[in-house]
Amino acid sequence: MSPRKRALLIAGLAAVAVAIPFLFGPYRVGQFTLVLVYAVAVLGLNLLVGYSGQISLGHGAFFALGAYTAALLIEKASVPYLLTVPAAGALCFAAGFLFGVPALRLHGLYLALVTLGLAIALPQLIKRFDGLTEGTQGLTVEQPTAPGWLPIADDQFLYLLCLAVTALMFLFAWNMMRGQLGRAVKAVRDGEIAASTLGVNLAATKTLVFAVSAGYAGVGGALYVFAIGFVAPEAFTLTISFAFLAAIVVGGLATISGALFGALFIEFVPVYASDVNVALTGVIYGGVLIAFMWVLPEGAAGLPRRLRGLAARRREREEAETATERPLTQREGVA
Amino acid sequence: MERFIQVLVDGIATGSIYAAMALALVLIFRSTGVVNFAQGEMAMFSTFVAWGLYEAGVPLVLAALTTIGLSFLAGMVIERVLIRHFEGGEVLTLVIVTLGLFILLNSLAGWIWGFGNRGFPSLFSEEAITLGGVQLSVESLGIVAVLLGVVGLLFLLFQRTKVGLAMRAAALNPGSSALVGVRVGHMLMLGWGLAAALGALAGVLVAPRLFLDVNLMGAVLIYAFAAAALGGFDSAIGAVVGGWVIGVSENLAGTYVDFIGADLKILVPLGIIFVVLLVRPSGLFGTREVARA
Repeated sequence: MSPRKRALLIAGLAAVAVAIPFLFGPYRVGQFTLVLVYAVAVLGLNLLVGYSGQISLGHGAFFALGAYTAALLIEKASVPYLLTVPAAGALCFAAGFLFGVPALRLHGLYLALVTLGLAIALPQLIKRFDGLTEGTQGLTVEQPTAPGWLPIADDQFLYLLCLAVTALMFLFAWNMMRGQLGRAVKAVRDGEIAASTLGVNLAATKTLVFAVSAGYAGVGGALYVFAIGFVAPEAFTLTISFAFLAAIVVGGLATISGALFGALFIEFVPVYASDVNVALTGVIYGGVLIAFMWVLPEGAAGLPRRLRGLAARRREREEAETATERPLTQREGVA
Repeated sequence: MERFIQVLVDGIATGSIYAAMALALVLIFRSTGVVNFAQGEMAMFSTFVAWGLYEAGVPLVLAALTTIGLSFLAGMVIERVLIRHFEGGEVLTLVIVTLGLFILLNSLAGWIWGFGNRGFPSLFSEEAITLGGVQLSVESLGIVAVLLGVVGLLFLLFQRTKVGLAMRAAALNPGSSALVGVRVGHMLMLGWGLAAALGALAGVLVAPRLFLDVNLMGAVLIYAFAAAALGGFDSAIGAVVGGWVIGVSENLAGTYVDFIGADLKILVPLGIIFVVLLVRPSGLFGTREVARA
């Protein structure tokens, strides 16, 4: 895509994003707010899985950590809510770093194992520290409200607030992946040994990208608290980690824009699927993971490229067919 | 002291179940280099089938055996239809596919049998034997006996039969095995079938101790992963020893460390996985991985 086309596309997308809260009712706006929230966490996971080729099945845990950090800071320490976003991000960054140091020096499979364990254990941990987290009852958190000088409703303000943070996080990710870290990360993914001979520190790069990715999940978690106004361990079971994974696969591995598709998918599919059967969401997630790996490993973001590829191949085939209509003797000469 | 021995024996019994699951993981990892994340959910699905048969009036032992047989076939079908397509591909792809299978089976079971939990009858009597002042439940002893029997059978299969030899060859070097006439594809199918059967056995053994629901094997899978990591992902003996160590340490920690109690038992395997990865990544009995440039 040419830079001019890309700029136009992004401007169009931004215009739609800003217009959304003024086009829909409060319920829908709430849903779109959650899409933005998920998009941040999904983008974080995609930085890890798509760009570095490591896999985490426990990003729900970092999401939860961020959510509880924000919730506790707001409710128990009366910290202004905007400050809780960087706080949650920084804490999860640190947690991801500590977690990644041992796990990432090894085979990617082990990271998947350990993070899966983390995702299973975390709800139990939250319940165990019920003195702080209120256990299964959950914590109700006061949501941000629109300041008096802005003539918009609270749900619209909430959406725009999340949009601003999300846009910032996307911009940051885009810049990061174009820069030195991004190139190092991709080099490690495509060939560890080659990357290390070129002076890339494998362990440091992997750990850093894991920490960044966990930090994104934490920021998403903090925004989640703004959007929902309530946290409880039941919200952070394995399901949410799996949803994030489904989102990056649907959206497309190693694409920045794919995170948005993915977030739309995991917000709206459960809404409609649960009308049919509570189990349908899981069936769709599971089926989608397998089906996308089978037919469309690049995800939805790769669809246009794939279609162009198909069209090109078809043209080639047609040309080849016209070629075969030539007399036999000529063809032998070519062969 | 008596309590300690009881805790120890119970730990070995639970550990035997983890060992069965870990063996299933090792079987698949050795032959295809895949860590099958869906192993636990396959076992859970099998257990539901056994429960359905039992509810339909089939005697429990027969229901369990039928289920193990069906699971063997289902495991082979899964390998042939689904996994074969991705074999030799990237690790990431296979992890995502087996996870997809995990989620799919979990939700399908919920769709078919509901998300509530139900009791599952034990294969063994509820009595206890008193040995030197220590009460040992027949169930615990039975589970250990079943595991030892299974390990013995697997040993015979791999060391004393031609099929076992072919399976080992296919795992070690698929290319050369194919050249000398081993049907590598069939061996991989067989490996998945055996793993699924082992999982079904573990499910039927563990279900009476927990409640049967769609999340039956979630925690068990983590324990089995810890067992396999501790023993070494490519070592069958390691899986059994690892299973026992995990089972015993989980029970000991749950009983004697107040902070951990029943809720946080799940942290024990996680801690063990971490320590193993830091200290000895290949596990106790595993082959050390050596990379060459």
